[in-house]
Amino acid sequence: MIHIKSYLQGLKSLIGIRSPALALAASFIALGAIFKQAGFSLEQSIASSLFTYALPGQLVMTESYLLGASLINIFISVWLVNFRFYPMTVALMPALQHKSQPRWKYYLSCHFLAVSSWLIMKDGYKKIDKKYRLDYWIGIGSGTLSSAVLSTLFGYLISDYLNNNMMIALAIVNPVYFLCMMIGAMKNIKTTIAIVIGIILGPLFYLTIPEWSILIAGFIGGTAAFLMKGKNNDI
Amino acid sequence: MTSSSIVLIILITSVATYISRVLGVLTSERLSIKSKIFSWFNYVAYSILAALISRMIIFPAGALLESTLLIRFIVIAVCVVVFIYTKKNLVLPTVLSFVLFTFLVSVQ
Repeated sequence: MIHIKSYLQGLKSLIGIRSPALALAASFIALGAIFKQAGFSLEQSIASSLFTYALPGQLVMTESYLLGASLINIFISVWLVNFRFYPMTVALMPALQHKSQPRWKYYLSCHFLAVSSWLIMKDGYKKIDKKYRLDYWIGIGSGTLSSAVLSTLFGYLISDYLNNNMMIALAIVNPVYFLCMMIGAMKNIKTTIAIVIGIILGPLFYLTIPEWSILIAGFIGGTAAFLMKGKNNDI
Repeated sequence: MTSSSIVLIILITSVATYISRVLGVLTSERLSIKSKIFSWFNYVAYSILAALISRMIIFPAGALLESTLLIRFIVIAVCVVVFIYTKKNLVLPTVLSFVLFTFLVSVQ
């Protein structure tokens, strides 16, 4: 059902000098503390990280709850903010396909998709035998998801000890980690162009169309890179 | 709001998030890694993430709002240099970002 060696190889991405664990811990500890302050129970906080596992969406959910937004409004704002998972999944899953893997594994393991797991997988999947890439992905995903859930639990429990300056400092760790990973991903000119255009247009569009800025900036940056002359690299 | 409505909100958030992931798997089913569509999605995904990260740093939400843009830029520049200099060590820049940022925010 699962190739243990590849699974463990994926799980091992949590340790070593390229580990995402600290970045995940920083942001989900902060999230746990935010949940506590918002009046969520410990079980609810854990359930949110376990079943949603998408930081911006969980923050939108908390804000909307505090503002007393309707369920349909919460649904729409979360869907919009997490819609980036759609192109990210399409840009990943074809690389994991193998006829020996059952379909249900793809439908369950797509839940592990998040920025960190996606960047780790994109960085390392070529080293893995095609037949077992899905198991490697499940290893990465179960490791990153568990880190997120445990950190939410920890953050919830220690929230009284986290002062304002610490909450601010926790919030910088994730963007730094993501940015370093993105720079590491600039291995060819077309991907670099896509990333650079995204970096420039994201904040620019935010000034005029905040809700759609990320998706539109990405659409333009990605299409520009795609249309450029040269070989399309599949990293 | 009652406890049951929080549970409902968590459920709705989880469904709204999972939809995009599962639609991605559905689209991927007949998509070859060698196809042009895959390639386009690949660049779009990278560009979306870059836009998101850049927006998080320049126009942050939540706690980061209490820091100045200059401090965020200094911390990020130092961490990126460390990342490149240490041949892509990720643990060091993440730890450093926390320490340096705490220091700069406390003296600002």
